[in-house]
Amino acid sequence: MNTKKRGLVIGLILLALLFAGLYILENTISSSTMLITILKKGVIYALIAVSMNLLNGFTGLFSLGQAGFMLIGAYTYAILTIPVNMRGMIYQYYDGGIVQFALPAIIGILCAGLLAAFFAFLVGLPVLRLKSDYLAIATLGFAEIIRAIIQYEGLGPLTNGSNLLRRFPTFQSVLYPFAAAAICIGAILLLINSTYGRAFKAIRDDEVAAEAMGINLFFHKQLSFVVSSFFAGIGGALLAMYQGSIQVATFKSAMTYEILLIVVIGGMGSVTGSVIASFLFVASSEWWLRFLDNEMFIGTFQVPLLRSGFRMVVFSVIIMAVVLFYRRGIMGDKEFSLTRVRNRLLNRKAGRNA
Amino acid sequence: MPEKMLELNDITMQFGGVVAVNNLSMYIGKGEIVALIGPNGAGKTTAFNCVTGVYKPSNGQVKYQGQVIVSNHPAGKMKALYAGENRDRYPHVVDPTPDKITRMGIARTFQNIRLFKTQTVFENVLIATHLHRTSNPISAAFRLNWREEQKMRELSLEMLDFVGLSAMKDELATSLPYGKQRRLEIARALATRPKLLLLDEPAAGMNPQETADLAQFIVEIKERFNLTIFLIEHHMDLVMDISERIYVIDFGKLIAHGEPHEVQDNPDVITAYLGVEDI
Repeated sequence: MNTKKRGLVIGLILLALLFAGLYILENTISSSTMLITILKKGVIYALIAVSMNLLNGFTGLFSLGQAGFMLIGAYTYAILTIPVNMRGMIYQYYDGGIVQFALPAIIGILCAGLLAAFFAFLVGLPVLRLKSDYLAIATLGFAEIIRAIIQYEGLGPLTNGSNLLRRFPTFQSVLYPFAAAAICIGAILLLINSTYGRAFKAIRDDEVAAEAMGINLFFHKQLSFVVSSFFAGIGGALLAMYQGSIQVATFKSAMTYEILLIVVIGGMGSVTGSVIASFLFVASSEWWLRFLDNEMFIGTFQVPLLRSGFRMVVFSVIIMAVVLFYRRGIMGDKEFSLTRVRNRLLNRKAGRNA
Repeated sequence: MPEKMLELNDITMQFGGVVAVNNLSMYIGKGEIVALIGPNGAGKTTAFNCVTGVYKPSNGQVKYQGQVIVSNHPAGKMKALYAGENRDRYPHVVDPTPDKITRMGIARTFQNIRLFKTQTVFENVLIATHLHRTSNPISAAFRLNWREEQKMRELSLEMLDFVGLSAMKDELATSLPYGKQRRLEIARALATRPKLLLLDEPAAGMNPQETADLAQFIVEIKERFNLTIFLIEHHMDLVMDISERIYVIDFGKLIAHGEPHEVQDNPDVITAYLGVEDI
């Protein structure tokens, strides 16, 4: 118990240091540098990846609906928070739309999560009775259907059809997404470590035994699905804030696969793994591997293969390599802990001395 | 006669044309140890699964403490196939899921051990205390109920102590030797605080010494937790030593029942176990 409390204190101190570091960083370098962009996008992806991991890694439900719930979250946020005087311009084809009020950003974000959770509840009723691949197909289908519905002309006054939504409140400081993600990931961690989280893991390990221990399978699957979607909705709202404008085309199933890739690389069933992998993924795709998309000349020699789209080829190869040789991901189902790092270092030292 | 804890009335389980359990009726009195025995494939585990809600019986009824917990009658295609004497005797259908049955106070272990593989010994038992929670997900996540959490941990530790596994509580459940995994399964079942414990072939794969220890252990559990025990086994030694009454089934049909010595001398039972001599 005591070590646990100490761990909590150390964790909080590290978190405070992280925020102090971010604050200093932000005030020393320009906010348009790549690093700041990566940090903002990375932390939002981290929240979404952790929410997906709750479902796929901890409850063992292979769902591919994450982009759909992010889409619901992003649109809910945008629709509810665009200032009234901007609506005429944005909903230019729909006479300013039917929503004629604007909520504060925080309430918009909460509504984004709640509506995503509500849809998850409805979808979960039939879909969670399916197993493994069938569940994946059904949730993927749901995400595509939601995308089609939002694009539907008839809903234009509400969703602006397939046109952009913009001019909703966004954030400038990098601290904003970090604070939101820290609160959300903290809540997910608390749930995972509670008695309900233990029930989730029991269902993942052995459904028959879990049911024989008095765990109501459907209720717990539904709970995990709703909570995961709630945070995916919030993640979607934050992503909308980060991008400044949204349209449905952003939330294709490719986005779900990106998140799934992060979860697998980080390790199914590891929250810290998902967080680490999110930053790695975003940094690679936006920054470190960008050069792959540009033609490069050394003198007059053109480096072969490098051209627009080659980055995605490299990504595919990385996925295959991870699935073939590194299936447990960076963290497996373990969490990052300072004690483990220390023990490993001490062991190595002891090994050298012996 | 003691109060009836569990009662099976005309339980029939049909898989298409195969009748796995055929009009099985039996009862278990409060505080008894009762065994259901029979050769391989006789339908013992199927009968068990009808009680615990894994299968819906094709016909018949299960009562627990006088209350009907499972009830069914043959329907559709089964109705045409089923030629049992008690068809249509159980008009209403009650078909609960296994988790509901466990919450009523019936816990079970599995023939082929089913532990939570990625969890430690302690966590395996802790999961079984989840069913008596009073907290909702939010109060559980934000530790508004830390007293309950503490109680769950205490109960789990107590169970591990009782089965003698507390020294290895932080090891991975699957890293335990076979016999200890069986004990862990029993500890896990006990942590659900049952009144009736169903043991599915607890001595499977054990040597004679381990089997003898287990027999003693089962009696100990019964005394300590004031339990009723329903046991499936085909190790005759274990069954003869500890059960008060024995039911014998073969090809799904009850062929004998009574006290151990009565059953032992029953010619039908001997035939079922040893076969008939062809002349």
